[in-house]
Amino acid sequence: MSLDNETGLDPPGIRVRPVSGLVAADYFAAGYFVWAVLIANLAQIGYEEKTMYMAAYDWRLSFQNTEVRDQTLSRIKSNIELMVATNGGKKVVVIPHSMGVLYFLHFMKWVEAPPPMGGGGGSEWCAKHIKAVMNIGGPFLGVPKSVSGLFSVEARDIAIARTFAPGFLDKDVFGLQTFQHLMRMTRTWDSTMSMIPKGGETIWGGLDWSPEGLSFNCGAKTLRNNSINNTDQIPNINLANMKNVNYGRIISFGKDVAEAHSSKIERVDLLHGVYMIIVDQQDSMKADMLANLTNCDIWIEYHDIGDHRIKAVADYKVYTAGSILDLLHFVSPKLMARGGAHFSYGIADNLDDPKYQHYKYWSNPLEMKLPDAPDMEIYSMYGVGIPTERAYVYKVTTATDCSIPFQIDTSAEGGSEDSCLKGGVFSADGDETVPVLSAGLMAAKGWRGKTRFNPSGIPTYIREYSHAPPANLLEGRGTQSGAHVDIMGNFALIEDVIRVAAGATGKELGGDHVYSDIFKWAERINLQL
Amino acid sequence: MASVLRFRKLCYVESAVKCTSVGYESFEIDEKLDEKEEDVLSANNFALEINKKRKQPKRQPKEWRCLDSCCWIIGYLCTTWWLLLFCYHCLPVTLLRVPELPGPGVRLKREGLTALHPVVLVPGIVTGGLELWEGRPCADGLFRKRLWGGGSFTQIFKRPLCLLEHLSLHYETGLDPQGIRVRAVPGLVGADYFAPGYFVWAVLIENLAKIGYEGKNLHMAAYDWRLSFQNTEIRDHALTRLKSKIELMYISNGYKKVVAVPHSMGVIYFLHFLKWVETPPPMGGGGGPGWCAKHIKAVMNIGPAFLGVPKAVSNLFSAEGKDVSYIRAMAPGVFDSEIFGLQTFERVMRMARTWDSIVSLLPKGGEVIWGNMDRSPEEGHVCDFSKKSHSKTSLTTNNVNNSDVNRGFLVKDLANYGRIISFGKPASVLHSSKLPTADSKEFSRTSTSENFNNFSCGEAWTEYDEMSRQSIQNVAADKAYTTTTLLDLLRFVAPKMMRRAEAHFSHGIAENLDDPKYNHYKYWSNPLETKLSDAPDMEIYCMYGVGIPTERSYVYKLSPNSRCKSIPYQIDNSVHGEDGSCLKGGVYFADGDESVPVLSAGFMCAKGWRGRTRFNPSGIATYIREYRHKPPTSLMEGRGIESGSHVDIMGNFALIEDIMRVAAGATGDEIGGDQIHSDIIKMSERINLGL
Repeated sequence: MSLDNETGLDPPGIRVRPVSGLVAADYFAAGYFVWAVLIANLAQIGYEEKTMYMAAYDWRLSFQNTEVRDQTLSRIKSNIELMVATNGGKKVVVIPHSMGVLYFLHFMKWVEAPPPMGGGGGSEWCAKHIKAVMNIGGPFLGVPKSVSGLFSVEARDIAIARTFAPGFLDKDVFGLQTFQHLMRMTRTWDSTMSMIPKGGETIWGGLDWSPEGLSFNCGAKTLRNNSINNTDQIPNINLANMKNVNYGRIISFGKDVAEAHSSKIERVDLLHGVYMIIVDQQDSMKADMLANLTNCDIWIEYHDIGDHRIKAVADYKVYTAGSILDLLHFVSPKLMARGGAHFSYGIADNLDDPKYQHYKYWSNPLEMKLPDAPDMEIYSMYGVGIPTERAYVYKVTTATDCSIPFQIDTSAEGGSEDSCLKGGVFSADGDETVPVLSAGLMAAKGWRGKTRFNPSGIPTYIREYSHAPPANLLEGRGTQSGAHVDIMGNFALIEDVIRVAAGATGKELGGDHVYSDIFKWAERINLQL
Repeated sequence: MASVLRFRKLCYVESAVKCTSVGYESFEIDEKLDEKEEDVLSANNFALEINKKRKQPKRQPKEWRCLDSCCWIIGYLCTTWWLLLFCYHCLPVTLLRVPELPGPGVRLKREGLTALHPVVLVPGIVTGGLELWEGRPCADGLFRKRLWGGGSFTQIFKRPLCLLEHLSLHYETGLDPQGIRVRAVPGLVGADYFAPGYFVWAVLIENLAKIGYEGKNLHMAAYDWRLSFQNTEIRDHALTRLKSKIELMYISNGYKKVVAVPHSMGVIYFLHFLKWVETPPPMGGGGGPGWCAKHIKAVMNIGPAFLGVPKAVSNLFSAEGKDVSYIRAMAPGVFDSEIFGLQTFERVMRMARTWDSIVSLLPKGGEVIWGNMDRSPEEGHVCDFSKKSHSKTSLTTNNVNNSDVNRGFLVKDLANYGRIISFGKPASVLHSSKLPTADSKEFSRTSTSENFNNFSCGEAWTEYDEMSRQSIQNVAADKAYTTTTLLDLLRFVAPKMMRRAEAHFSHGIAENLDDPKYNHYKYWSNPLETKLSDAPDMEIYCMYGVGIPTERSYVYKLSPNSRCKSIPYQIDNSVHGEDGSCLKGGVYFADGDESVPVLSAGFMCAKGWRGRTRFNPSGIATYIREYRHKPPTSLMEGRGIESGSHVDIMGNFALIEDIMRVAAGATGDEIGGDQIHSDIIKMSERINLGL
């Protein structure tokens, strides 16, 4: 499952390829539906193989590499064209899920870009072929989980990979060194880097502010179930008890640091740390490498870093979405060098700058323009009402030899029941994986109306689905679930998808459908449009 | 109550020591219960245990009962099984690998072969998987589950009638029945395995992968094999999708032409595709006249059924063949009569007759190709089932009258392969002048008086029920049919089916290929009524197994039952020829690959398209690659690496090597040109076809 650490492509002698067709993703594991419910319902109104297409791609690769290695983007283009042609010129409805959302964003840019970098479809392609893009649980602006995944292969539930496949990556499968193995594997996957939070402090908040402020009630989870459908009352219940959470500090070392005001935190400059390292890098590197060879059969980049560096990382104390990139560059330079060639995480100042023609900007909604297709519609459909990882409290582990030197400080707990800090993780509103901010901001603000990101004024719609856990065992994984993957079985969402596929517009569906405070947060974000 | 509990405790200690007495105790339970009824009210099991405890010490020496042994044996078995299973799962994967024979892929990779041309695989009839998209209530829970092929036939065993209903098509239109949608399984999984362990394409795919093939340059053109070829386009856009796929692979693999590898019926499907793609819309794909020349490097037909298979005749006529039917040959054991109850054949026949595609496999070319009453191109073929040598007596005695008396008399039946169906052995060997002539005008429906009885004949309705007894006998009275008159016969016994299917297929020979009527799609899958496209650089391979007796013609009889019970005709299993004769169990055999006779597979490559002919105006090069059948020598080989039989040939290493070499860029001459074991050249010379 690992890819080559340098190129991000196949290691020599191993070829793993995506399963093609609808069979590819409808059951991730036995009984664990992903697309199956949606497909079954679409089939009931007459969809079948010729009118439905699963764009399977190798999700471990960076987006452009799927084209370079497998010609996946060309295949999607050709299939969409074929379906439009054989179904009487009817435009297609695209339903990307999770990372697929970014992938399809990339596709839309790719298809209109001229060859050799793009697909050469011409500037009219999207307008001609796509009716609507219905993004389900889209991490437009990244997921904080991916940071902890890359930084230390853990999150509240160990890793992103593990949330998607519970039980699949349990310890006993890989033996004792699970984490390191896992980390080495996920780090070879370029695609995880597409999910690093984008937009820096402007979007995700600085040291002392965050767009979410104090709005989400983390204790609410216990109160919710199917019998309470009146969602309005919930945000107000315990507002008084809530402390201001510094979501902006995505990684802090130590709980006190996480909560103290920024002026009180003493930070040792990371750059200073770097200089230190450069001085004695030679020695420590050699020593460490030697240790690696003898003790650790698994090699990860952390072993290239000396103890000094690790200390430097911890001394910096607090990282925001902006500085998190520096942190990652610092702890795993090779990975970031590879990823930096394929992904970008900033905000464009001037979208007409020719450098934004490069494909690495295509999957960042803040650094690309949407295609010129005023009749297209963009939906952001996601679950709300589940505490979602937003920021972490870290500590430095003592055992240094072969293990990962940083760990989430699971002992850090919030004061009260309702605190958003639990087991070293600050939670915010979202669908358990993607925070509302990431899923909804583009549709709520960045692309709403005619903006510089959306020059042709493509209409956007937000469809939120409030999470209600299954009322009884019979429901299985729930028909009103809002969780990242389970939402694919949410009946309200399926109905929306089917109506749009059958020809309805976003207005006919009922326009926006919002439970969270996304619009309030969007106002707080100072994004130039 | 307290005492009871104390007893119970004691009892557990006891039973731990004397666990051997379990079987005995249970036997004693009843009578003890009677003795101490007052204890029962507390709790039954408590009482039992008390009794056990009291009585056991007295009865220590016990006889060993049969029941005990049984329990122990079962116990041991379960424990051992569980232990073995446990061990199996604990073992590392590498230890469990069955040592596989290294396929040609590994060797060729070492030689330096790499993937060059994209490869398209076209599966044949019956081997492709089908899945359910919409169905009747009896098929609940089967949404997008395999109904057919792909490793699991469990559903067929669970609800046979339901499945038969879903696999049938509409009798009039040949398309979906109301409310049922069954579709082909797409992708490579669609036809890699037919049943668990019964590979179709899997071995070839695996070997191709060794030299670098993967999803982007290897495609399985799955299509619904039950439909007529043009209907796959009308209903599923299957041809359009194949065209777009080939174009895409051509472009995305650096403008390398595609190598197509069709199998069995896929061969004529692909032939249809080649015509379709160059024909202007709306009937065709609008690729223009240069499409094939631009996109296709070679067509490597495996076990091609170019000119049809006689098996299809027996299948349509009476749903049986040497091995009951073509379907049954492909899926042994699936259609055994226990599953469907009494009316098996009728039901299978009814299903098979709704499939247009089977009609595409009827012998084409009529008497010119397949022989007439007295001659056939295979004349003189020696069948050697028993591997004994025989004196070749070319004596054609009139053994009709004395065949019963002189069974032991040395007579060699000269197989009149041309008579594809004869009623009774005499009709199969007599000279034609002594037979009543088959006149299609006699085929007229004589009676309708019995038609109202149809409904009493059970649910399994076949068109035979609409025939009167009289006409059934008339058919048999005609005694012998050639391929040409056979079509009349089928039109007579199954008029609706033939009317439906003949709108899609034609079985003749074109007089003048420039006649505009041949632009119609029903001629596209008949190599004798189409011109190959103008692509002089393309190559066509005919690759098939030889050396297996293959059904060629049949001896029929009227079935004795009343007409309601069964199909009125059946193969006369009692008819056997002498040793060395080609007649066995009512079937005449000729050389072939067990399903397709050599004549059908090789003729086009050997003569019809060889050089510049009217069927091949641009002179596309053809190559015949025959593979002599060798049964597997040991169990390790599975289904054989040198097999020549129709489906197993897909695992034949020589064939795989040929395909891989061509896919990696070799031409037909480079892999050795023709490679012929059979008499195909001689046979072709005998066929008098205007080129």
